[in-house]
Amino acid sequence: MSMLKVTNLTKKFGDFKALDGVNLEVNEGEIMGFIGPNGAGKSTTIKVLLGILKATDGEVQIFGKDAWDDAVEIHKRVAYVPGDVNLWPNLTGGEVIDLFVKLRGTNHKSRRDELIEKFSLDPKKKCRTYSKGNRQKVALIAAFSSDADLYILDEPTSGLDPLMENIFQECVKDLKKQGKSVLLSSHILSEVEKLCDKVAIIRKGTIIETGTLAELRHLTRTQLLIETKKPVKNLAELKGVHDVEVKEQGLSFQVDTEELDNVLRHVSQFGVLKLESAPPTLEDLFMRHYESGDNEATPGAGGGN
Amino acid sequence: MALKHLTKTGQLSRFILRLDRVKVSLWLIGITFFTLIVPAAFEGLYENQQERDAMAETMANPAMTAMVGPGNLENYTTGAMTTHQMLLMTALVAGLMSILLVSRHTRGDEEDGRIELIRSLPAGRLSYLNAALVVITGTSVVLALINGFGLYALGIETMDLAGSLLYGAGLGGTALVFAGVAAVFAQLSESSRGTIGLSIGVLLFSYLFRAVTDISNESLSWLSPLGWVTKTEAYTNNNWGPIFLMVVAAAILFILANYLQSIRDLESGFLPSKPGRSTASSFLQGPLGLAWRLQRTGAFFWAIGMFVLGASYGSVMGDMESFFEGNEMLQQMLQPVEGLTLTEQFIPMLLIVMSIMATVPPVIAMNKLRGEEKKERLDHLLGRAVSRTQLMGGYLLLAVLNAFIMISLTAIGLWSAADAVMEEGLSFSMIYGAALAYLPATLVMVGLAVFLAGVLPKLTPFVWAYVLYSFFVVYLGNLMQFPEWTAKISPFGHVAQVPVEEAAFLPLFLLCVVAAALMALGLIGFRKRDISA
Ligand SMILES: Nc1ncnc2c1ncn2[C@@H]1O[C@H](COP(=O)(O)OP(=O)(O)OP(=O)(O)O)[C@@H](O)[C@H]1O
Ligand SMILES: [Mg+2]
Repeated sequence: MSMLKVTNLTKKFGDFKALDGVNLEVNEGEIMGFIGPNGAGKSTTIKVLLGILKATDGEVQIFGKDAWDDAVEIHKRVAYVPGDVNLWPNLTGGEVIDLFVKLRGTNHKSRRDELIEKFSLDPKKKCRTYSKGNRQKVALIAAFSSDADLYILDEPTSGLDPLMENIFQECVKDLKKQGKSVLLSSHILSEVEKLCDKVAIIRKGTIIETGTLAELRHLTRTQLLIETKKPVKNLAELKGVHDVEVKEQGLSFQVDTEELDNVLRHVSQFGVLKLESAPPTLEDLFMRHYESGDNEATPGAGGGN
Repeated sequence: MALKHLTKTGQLSRFILRLDRVKVSLWLIGITFFTLIVPAAFEGLYENQQERDAMAETMANPAMTAMVGPGNLENYTTGAMTTHQMLLMTALVAGLMSILLVSRHTRGDEEDGRIELIRSLPAGRLSYLNAALVVITGTSVVLALINGFGLYALGIETMDLAGSLLYGAGLGGTALVFAGVAAVFAQLSESSRGTIGLSIGVLLFSYLFRAVTDISNESLSWLSPLGWVTKTEAYTNNNWGPIFLMVVAAAILFILANYLQSIRDLESGFLPSKPGRSTASSFLQGPLGLAWRLQRTGAFFWAIGMFVLGASYGSVMGDMESFFEGNEMLQQMLQPVEGLTLTEQFIPMLLIVMSIMATVPPVIAMNKLRGEEKKERLDHLLGRAVSRTQLMGGYLLLAVLNAFIMISLTAIGLWSAADAVMEEGLSFSMIYGAALAYLPATLVMVGLAVFLAGVLPKLTPFVWAYVLYSFFVVYLGNLMQFPEWTAKISPFGHVAQVPVEEAAFLPLFLLCVVAAALMALGLIGFRKRDISA
């Protein structure tokens, strides 16, 4: 069942098109990674999903309801963590967490205390004294202690230390076990790789790639390092071979996944002594998308959230 | 050693000036405009000295002294008249300008993390504070000079160069003193709201203290910086002493601010932050509870301020009574309205000024919504199960209650102080009813704030221009016989001046309709627009 469906979403700020025909779907129980360079339109998409910004054009549905008209109804089952958490300087973390949880309607006192413990947050401190990571923890605790069906997280870990990052990942895995759906925007690609079933890549306000990680990997290259008895001939001329480099340990190059078979046949003629292969990382994929094509800057001033 | 803390002050001053060039220019133009238009109008209004002396007679009473300060009523030339009726009020506005400009670049920039960035650059520790002070000092000097030379350039016979420059210096000096006050509070308070609130508190207190002491014991007025302004006696005795006092006081405050800044950490005040509650109280349950929580401290201080304001004016009543008793000629000249004592005839004038003052806190309460939006904190609420109508409605409800409470407190303050000092006292229901008659006008202002927040969010500060306009037409309209329509543009011009005039309900009803329409439009607009800083 589709929890979130965005069709042809366009958002203009004055004359500037921040989103240009975005299509996105998150199904029940799915964890969707949402990545793209600064200023690509991730936060803008998320704010439209939450009914904070009004779509210029297109259809945005959550739980089959309209994200703008039925915002309040929808939000009873949605938890949101913004990337830049601005809190009220005079309120304590504990007060803010309680307020946030109550605003949704559900109340999980035991879960709240457990999470405060887990994230080691001092709930008695005034928000003005919190560090960036601690402010983020407040929003995360509020989100995870509410019983929502869809979690929308906009760069939720950009200020967390590695220990807290682990705890965050555990919490998301828990959600997955419970069959909840998550939309996770992030610049930490290893995190997306670990947690997400699917990934959508946005660039200049348009989704340029969506699919499972396996599907996306298929589109990318494998990194190989080989050592052979005889020197390899004509490697660079083969179809699908890139970035050939002679290194101390051997020959290093990249191969398009669909040409892997041909290339391996070719090199095996020269007597392979050693073969190391690294799976394409999301980072490779990501870099390829942004290095290829034009090098012009991303739209706008690359503004914040 | 000290110099290294000031590295790059010059460059930062230019930077601040660039950021504020429009704002500073608007303030300067606005203040200068009012300074120049009034004596020019006086020249047209009063053709000869007899007419001016007649005006002086009506001004010669404690209520007027409380409001505008003492003046040279024996020799009431156009120059003396301008100083008497305008200098103090304009100085008040100049002080307000300083407070707003300075707090923005001290605690305001610090709170938003901008000073942290600047400090990481090779700029001295005290450079940004002093850059802000350099800019405000420059602004004050320019204010003094253009007002001084501007007044002289009007070419009015009794307004000579020395007097004009002194008049301008009075304005610039006041701006300088309150720049110092704001700079010091920026060190003590932890937020820019706190800085502005405390500084305005000092400004109003100086005004009220001067009002009370000007009537009871004029030499005590020397304790109030606003008392110094009237003591310059520009165009009559041309006293430069008070200007010297202002410069010294400002210098001391600037040095104090520097000292305090040098001994504290960035982004902290002087009171250590105490641990608070670990859970939310049963009050903090929803958007309304949150809105109240965010405003309650400010509302509390405003409430005290409004009561003191009312009481200060009320305490004048006793002096007025004895003043009229001893002056038979005046009793004959001022035609008493039937059934009213002479003292009671001054009530409408006091009430209208107080009611506009009492409009400030509810408008602040309403504008807080836009403030929260700019800090991106509304996203937390609207991202949860809170509707926009519920959110804005909460702020509106608080603003309306605020309006009711503030005007009530001013009326109660006025009545109780007047009752204590007058022989016969005043009727509470008359005072309270007359004050409440201004509530619909206040609601129109709140309605305008709602409308702007909902439909034209970038223009929310415009409501202050309208409040200021209302204040000036009401205040000056009486003195200068402005055409009717100038007052009618303001909602406060539509309220019958009880007890002198008959209470009229139709205008009040219509004001309520306008207020309600503005509020409805604002609420609808707020549901339709993007929420963004
Ligand atoms: N209120 C606004 N008015 C005008 N332009 C805006 C507004 N909000 C965002 N933009 C622009 O829209 C574009 C998309 O911004 P958005 O914040 O969605 O990017 P993002 O993908 O979240 O980037 P980041 O990774 O830096 O968080 C940017 O070019 C930004 O400058
Ligand atoms: Mg973003």
